[in-house]
Amino acid sequence: MADLTSNFLGIKSPNPFWLASAPPTDKEYNVRRAFEAGWGGVVWKTLGAEGPPIVNVNGPRYGAIHGADRRLLGLNNIELITDRPLEVNLEEMTRVKKDYPDRALIASVMVPCEEDEWKRIIPRIAETGCDGFELNFGCPHGMAERGMGSAVGQVPEYIEMVTRWCKEATDLPVIVKLTPNITSILNPAQAAKDGGADAVSLINTINSITNVDLDLMAPEPTIDGKGTHGGYCGPAVKPIALNMVAEIARNPGTHGLPISGIGGVTTWRDAAEFMALGAGNVQVCTAAMTYGFKVVQEMISGLSQWMDEKGYTSIDEVVGRAVPNVTDWQYLNLNHVTKARIDQEACIKCGRCYAACEDTSHQAISMSDDRVFDVKDDECVACNLCVNVCPVEGCITMETIAPGAVDERTGKVVEKEYANWTTHPNNPTATAAE
Amino acid sequence: MPQTNRENGVSPGRIAPADVQANFSDLHPEYDDHEALVAADRCYFCHDAPCMTACPTSIDIPLFIRQIATGTPEAAAKTILDQNILGGMCARVCPTETLCEEVCVREVAEGKPVEIGRLQRYATDTLMAAGKHPFTRADATGKKVAVVGAGPAGLACAHRLAMLGHDVVVFEARVKGGGLNEFGIAAYKTTNDFAQKELDWLLSIGGIEIRYEQALGQSVTLDGLQDDFDAVFLGMGLSAVNALRLEGEDKDNVSPAVDFIADLRQADDLTTLPVGRRVVVIGGGMTAIDAGVQAKLLGAEDVTIVYRRGQEAMAASKFEQDLARQKGVRLICNATPVGIEGNGSLRAVTFAYTETRDGKLVTLDETFTLPADQLFKAIGQKLGDMPDALALDGGKIAVDAAQKTNLAHVWAGGDCASGGDDLTVTAVAEGRDAAMDIHATLTGAS
Ligand SMILES: Cc1cc2nc3c(=O)[nH]c(=O)nc-3n(C[C@H](O)[C@H](O)[C@H](O)COP(=O)(O)OP(=O)(O)OC[C@H]3O[C@@H](n4cnc5c(N)ncnc54)[C@H](O)[C@@H]3O)c2cc1C
Ligand SMILES: Cc1cc2nc3c(=O)[nH]c(=O)nc-3n(C[C@H](O)[C@H](O)[C@H](O)COP(=O)(O)O)c2cc1C
Ligand code: SF4
Ligand code: SF4
Ligand code: SF4
Repeated sequence: MADLTSNFLGIKSPNPFWLASAPPTDKEYNVRRAFEAGWGGVVWKTLGAEGPPIVNVNGPRYGAIHGADRRLLGLNNIELITDRPLEVNLEEMTRVKKDYPDRALIASVMVPCEEDEWKRIIPRIAETGCDGFELNFGCPHGMAERGMGSAVGQVPEYIEMVTRWCKEATDLPVIVKLTPNITSILNPAQAAKDGGADAVSLINTINSITNVDLDLMAPEPTIDGKGTHGGYCGPAVKPIALNMVAEIARNPGTHGLPISGIGGVTTWRDAAEFMALGAGNVQVCTAAMTYGFKVVQEMISGLSQWMDEKGYTSIDEVVGRAVPNVTDWQYLNLNHVTKARIDQEACIKCGRCYAACEDTSHQAISMSDDRVFDVKDDECVACNLCVNVCPVEGCITMETIAPGAVDERTGKVVEKEYANWTTHPNNPTATAAE
Repeated sequence: MPQTNRENGVSPGRIAPADVQANFSDLHPEYDDHEALVAADRCYFCHDAPCMTACPTSIDIPLFIRQIATGTPEAAAKTILDQNILGGMCARVCPTETLCEEVCVREVAEGKPVEIGRLQRYATDTLMAAGKHPFTRADATGKKVAVVGAGPAGLACAHRLAMLGHDVVVFEARVKGGGLNEFGIAAYKTTNDFAQKELDWLLSIGGIEIRYEQALGQSVTLDGLQDDFDAVFLGMGLSAVNALRLEGEDKDNVSPAVDFIADLRQADDLTTLPVGRRVVVIGGGMTAIDAGVQAKLLGAEDVTIVYRRGQEAMAASKFEQDLARQKGVRLICNATPVGIEGNGSLRAVTFAYTETRDGKLVTLDETFTLPADQLFKAIGQKLGDMPDALALDGGKIAVDAAQKTNLAHVWAGGDCASGGDDLTVTAVAEGRDAAMDIHATLTGAS
């Protein structure tokens, strides 16, 4: 059996699945139940400064995108940080950590951008016995209007400054949670590193409007006839998050900076993908909000089975394994030729591949009177669209054309040698091949 | 099901009224909104969809299902009704298992088709419940068309003609319209007087006058109609029944299955409808199954359907055969009636076993006798008396691909015309196509 124990920044947890800072980690009641269900750790719902607690809207706070069968694909929220008094949260965190010493308990924090505010609250929170801090520079709505959250996360100088204050205020690990609402994730990640952060976590939610109520003519969720942009999360954001994680992992400046991967983790496979791209562990919010705490059981069993099948014995063996294979477009092998192949046994003759290719791609699929669909090798550019639209998993695959064979589309013999754009004759800035 | 009346003979009230009511409730109950969305989500929106090809009226099935899935069932209904104005009835009575759903790619892939029929019903019911009729009439053409028979074929033809701006008079032999929708279809397929509601809804387009109790050959003649109208459409179905040609066929309680079914459909109160304790049905089609099943549901203790050929030759679909078995009806194949016994009233029916040799049905010597209080003949309907001038083909009115008969300005469609299966949906398709050809002819477009 694979060992799923996680050691992230020296913080140990029985598995790499943490609940992200959000409603699932809002209070003692939830967190105890999450731990009972098997979650390895939690990042407590973001704490704010002392004083009168934050208020939330009293109307709807979520919007959603659904797939077939009303499967929740994307969730959007306009919730703020914790709306419970600081003192109550701290007491609860203390009690929970005492009862679950083997689980990770991280405090998420967001206070105004002033040195004494941060330096005052960090040590106070540390008294709970928490294992580390996560600085919330991510919330894209509400708090950002007050100069916090993503308003900080979008300015690398602020990130570096606040991170430094926090590192000066505690010996515990400090994780900086990044907002994806920027043009390049590398700048904020670099700033966090420069400020002394022990790790970054990403992504927080993406600025979004999920729907418009066409009767009220207002964005959803609608509160008394008005709506505002909210933070998008769930399965729909996973591709964006994966890319940002990979960028940090492969960029020389930030390579090696520990990453806690967040954004659309819904199954064990998602988690494995984040880890393969460099995340040391993952955090989950929407999947738990959609299916309840029990989903972690599938994540644990699935990851464990997959690791056993692959012969990986520990999480460390997985982390970052796919990073060397993330490259720039210009380095992709242009001599690698593939063609779509339809498994006629598996094909159910829906014709979707045909419609897609005929109407919108390369007219490379033929359809006979008795609905047999075939790939025309002399037209197929191997774009993969048919594979993506086919309702039968594994029915269409891409076959690699062996070097030496002729690509019927170009009429050229497929070459064995790797050759990319940088040396391609059509590239005006091509460097001469060595 | 507590049996309350075990008397021999034919009598009403064999089971509790509540059981009768439950037995005749909707076979495929209506979807609620949630069920419809879940079912609609399963459609792949196939290219050149096989289901659409299999539908005799060529309804754009992927489109209407997508319209349901995107929350516009009224638009879905319009898509359906554009092709099939009786889409509501067809949704209830089409043997989908041998039409659209049989070829649905998800039937092929998983043995579970998208439930096209029930989705179609959801869309059309939604529209009709809202009291909407999505079609209006084109400018009047001044042309007059006579339609004979207010069954599915006649109504589909009349509606299309009215929509195109022609004035239509329908001559109907019976006191009520709808044809077999009203008098033939099994009661549990079309509950709550749906046939009449659909008829009223169809007529709301305007321009269609129905003259009841006006039978062709009695009150009106084909010559007369040809003189008075610019075109004539014949959609009178099959009004006569085949006989067994056995002695004793005239005994009490021996009757055509279609008469029993018509009585059942017209009964105000099913609990007062008499049925035999032991019922025998002769035949192997939809009518035999419907008569057998409904006799059983009324409370007959023992119902047997006897078919002279093998099971594979039965015209009734597998789904219908299974339905009959599930309701407790016995099916006996390869037996043909040779004697009707009884003294005044029926007492028993004797059958001889049969065999098919070199494609020919042979009656064997061995016989068996089934006690019977009531016998229903369901061995086929046939065309009633037709004007001599009308050419026939295989016992039906001969028509070409455009539903034209051999007579000038006379078209025919539905069960009375050659070609096509005897189904509601084919009758609708043929009535509609005839209307299009009539229109083209009358407006000089062809
Ligand atoms: C018992 C039974 C069950 C069936 N179940 C199904 C089913 O579940 N699904 C399915 O798809 N199909 C079913 N069918 C077949 C279907 O009902 C017919 O195919 C369809 O009704 C044919 O339509 P039509 O308009 O041609 O004829 P009909 O429905 O027979 O209508 C003909 C109309 O013409 C009238 N008429 C007859 N003669 C004259 C005349 N001389 N002058 C004026 N009017 C006249 C009749 O009164 C009637 O109103 C069933 C048939 C029967 C008998
Ligand atoms: C309702 C809601 C409230 C959230 N509140 C916080 C928060 O207080 N602090 C924070 O750092 N992130 C917050 N998040 C962001 C999540 O922690 C997480 O980064 C994001 O949802 C992406 O992960 P997911 O796709 O698994 O949901 C919130 C998310 C949701 C849905
Ligand atoms: S999920 Fe619970 S709190 Fe939220 S709206 Fe529904 S009932 Fe209310
Ligand atoms: S999309 Fe897939 S299942 Fe459908 S026709 Fe093409 S290959 Fe067959
Ligand atoms: S064949 Fe089935 S899945 Fe395809 S369009 Fe028709 S109903 Fe939808």
